Amino acid sequence: MTEQMDKETREAALEGMGCSRKRKEDARFIQGKGRYTDDIQMAGMLFADMVRSPYAHARIKSINKEKALALPGVHAVLTADDLKPLNLHWMPTLAGDVQAVLADEKVHFQYQEVAVVVADDRYIAADAVDLVEVEYEELPVLVDAHKAMDADAPVLREDLVGKMQGAHSERKHDNHIFNWQAGEKEATDRVFDNAEVVVSQDMYYHRVHPCPLETCGCVASFDKVNGHLTVYLTSQAPHVVRTVVSMLSGLPESKVRVVSPDIGGGFGNKVGIYPGYVTAIVASIVLGVPVKWVEDRMENISTTAFARDYHMTGEIAADKDGIIKALRVNVLADHGAFDACADPSKFPAGLMHICTGSYDVPVAHLNVDGVYTNKAPGGVAYRCSFRVTEAVYVIERTMDVLAQKLGIDKAEIRRRNFIKSEQMPYKTCLGWEIDSGQYHMSLQKVLDAVDYDGLRREQEEKRAKGELMGIGLVTFTEIVGAGPSRNCDILGIGMFDSAEIRVHPTGSAIARMGTITQGQGHQTTYAQIIATELGLPSEEIQIEEGDTDTAPYGLGTYGSRSTPVAGAATAVAARKIKAKAQKIAAHLLEVSEDDLEWEVDRFKVKGNPGQEKTMKEIAWAAYNNVPEGMEPGLEAVDYYDPPNFTYPYGIYLCVVDIDKATGETSVRRFYALDDCGTRINPMIIDGQIHGGLNEGFAVAMGQELPYDEQGNLLGNTLMDYFLPTFVETPKWETDFTVTPSPHHPIGAKGVAESPHVGSIPTFTSAIVDAFAHLGVTHLDMPHTAPRLWKTMQELGVK
Amino acid sequence: MAKQAVSFKVNGKQVDVLVDPRELLVHTLREKLQLTGTHIGCESTHCGVCTVDINGESIKSCTFLTVQAEGAEVTTVEGLASADGLHIVQQAFVEEHGLQCGFCTPGMLVRAASFLKENPNPTEEEIRWGMSGNLCRCTGYQNIIKAVQTAARKMQEA
Repeated sequence: MTEQMDKETREAALEGMGCSRKRKEDARFIQGKGRYTDDIQMAGMLFADMVRSPYAHARIKSINKEKALALPGVHAVLTADDLKPLNLHWMPTLAGDVQAVLADEKVHFQYQEVAVVVADDRYIAADAVDLVEVEYEELPVLVDAHKAMDADAPVLREDLVGKMQGAHSERKHDNHIFNWQAGEKEATDRVFDNAEVVVSQDMYYHRVHPCPLETCGCVASFDKVNGHLTVYLTSQAPHVVRTVVSMLSGLPESKVRVVSPDIGGGFGNKVGIYPGYVTAIVASIVLGVPVKWVEDRMENISTTAFARDYHMTGEIAADKDGIIKALRVNVLADHGAFDACADPSKFPAGLMHICTGSYDVPVAHLNVDGVYTNKAPGGVAYRCSFRVTEAVYVIERTMDVLAQKLGIDKAEIRRRNFIKSEQMPYKTCLGWEIDSGQYHMSLQKVLDAVDYDGLRREQEEKRAKGELMGIGLVTFTEIVGAGPSRNCDILGIGMFDSAEIRVHPTGSAIARMGTITQGQGHQTTYAQIIATELGLPSEEIQIEEGDTDTAPYGLGTYGSRSTPVAGAATAVAARKIKAKAQKIAAHLLEVSEDDLEWEVDRFKVKGNPGQEKTMKEIAWAAYNNVPEGMEPGLEAVDYYDPPNFTYPYGIYLCVVDIDKATGETSVRRFYALDDCGTRINPMIIDGQIHGGLNEGFAVAMGQELPYDEQGNLLGNTLMDYFLPTFVETPKWETDFTVTPSPHHPIGAKGVAESPHVGSIPTFTSAIVDAFAHLGVTHLDMPHTAPRLWKTMQELGVK
Repeated sequence: MAKQAVSFKVNGKQVDVLVDPRELLVHTLREKLQLTGTHIGCESTHCGVCTVDINGESIKSCTFLTVQAEGAEVTTVEGLASADGLHIVQQAFVEEHGLQCGFCTPGMLVRAASFLKENPNPTEEEIRWGMSGNLCRCTGYQNIIKAVQTAARKMQEA
């Protein structure tokens, strides 16, 4: 075997970065041995269920628990009055607001939690819920966000009346939450006043729900003897939950253990802290037995964490060649009854100010007003990094409108405005530093792959025959990996993340991170990073996350932050171990550290073949033969505070055919090119992209949470709420370019949210394109057959 | 409510349970028999994470009363593997990366195993329709389809 072949064989055996290693977590899932929250059973465990309001806005006149308490098997019925002495009837939200744990005198949205019943099992609990008698006095309902700040609008939050200083700004009205701005208003307005061309487009990014197949739930178990509280719960951020539980309960953080077991999908639904968790914990502390709460599907869709609900206006000032001179974005954000969105504290509109996109925009202004309405609270990032989805939607839609107005092809107008690779790193006018990107090259790759010119010719022919064919194109840039602690904190805790690696004497290892996988495959991919960094086989590296008693503190998994932040921590911790290993190797080989070079899995003495020590040999020595003065052992911890966000990008193209008789859309082709920098596991990346594209398809083509004028949620079961099946789901084609992040230790950028963020405007772009020759510049989502059929009637398409 | 005795087979093993007449099979499997591989996702027969096989038919156990299972043969995900090792569909799902969070996987596997008995050599279109009662939020289905195709091929070869 030649030396080169030997090296390659050893490298392949590690199954490190870049290899499509099969997933470590699959073995338990395919055998039905996953351990999800609802799988946990404990001796004496009781079941909690919620009494919920049928009204969107009403005063509670009385609550009668007697019949419920008389039912055999019922242990307690708790209301806000019962939580008041503990000061737990309200709780802080992650957005600087407060939320009622159980409705305090008033209900603010339909299905709001009014009382919690605790019983022997879920059947008895459900019976008891029906026996709790609540008398309501209905109040005028506010559903339309545009009317929230009218002089005669009903005041929703009586607890805030007179408090005109909000968490983020002055409040202009009792239903106003915040005003938030970025960029330069006057300079932007001046450019608009003198521009050759101005386009303006209103668009509504509708209210949707992440809807993972596992709903939210928890099992709380308080041990009265030693004062320890253990909570198993469906959380994407278990460490933050522990801190909040400690603050709310007064228990020392060391006596609170939060465990996120296997999680059946999160997609942003499982970042927040919900009344069900709090009441189960209180019930367990009061009753001294374990209490489980698991929401059903209707409760999930109706109450825990909606996403979007942004009424946006995108405006571009340009010259007649389509070169952008300024961007203006205005947003009215409907946050529902409590501001419970999960954004970094400083950013009430998340990272919406990435709305300049992939383009060289000289000046811009973003204005966001948040308002209360009688709808469920939330505003979470549904498979996206804090409102990046909304930002990408508004810029990509407005770019299409500009292209259409000027009669310039939508690929060409993007090419003219792209930030050039030689401009990287590029400071945007709204304050970000895009770290890298080769937009022109990636766009060309997609246009060539799909024969874009050929598609346009085909479209011309089809239009001549009266057929409706649309081509959607989106060239998006994300901002993920929150984030640098100078920008980002949650409840005052910087958004770093962490890794702790311990190498055992025989050269296998265990590593723990502050993040938590929900299907992303962390147990597979983190091990690949360590394998490459340390030259140990990934198969022998165990990854653990989610148990706050054992894992180092981290902010969790959402906003595509696991690889950018905890992945970086993992690489840096491994490098600390490698640095120590090099010292031990030098000691063992009796040479200076500088005489050593690293090769795959060992240190070699330069120019002296055969003089070498493998990492496994070094691991053994770390426990019995270290240089004098060095402490034994081989482990390291790293808390990584990233210097910048990462900026994955993508070029997505979609071709649709619309049936003129029914309005049904057939997605003929969807081509997704993603650049997520260094690729750790191509198989997993492809899987993440397929899934994200499908969630984007769902949002664009069918998902919505519509409310009627009384605030009734129309559609909270899977009969109404669209989750695409095998049948509707299109085929996905994936492609990639690789532009490593210059500041990330391994050059990785994060990938799993890009396909959701990028695909949604691509579908809209394609649908609108099918009608572009009829003068249509924008159509709001969801693009369902009945809505498109109506559009065709209005346009006179026959 | 008077309890009712129900006897049936689960994964080849005789079980006798005492249940309320209204108890759903998914709760009996998960909470009385500790077979937690069968999951609960929608409680309305839509999502399919509770899919089990009853007398050779794919059934969503979240809307099936335990008393209806009297005398039946029930197979759950825990019953797919045999003494010889994993079922071919289980292997194929790992091979083709047909799962992510794993929550839909047990129902998906049970359905795939039944589907391939109904149609041992399916086209992609037939897989899409034949598996359409099972939802997945993570995979976008593409790799599940590949897994079913791979399983079909390996079963033919076996």
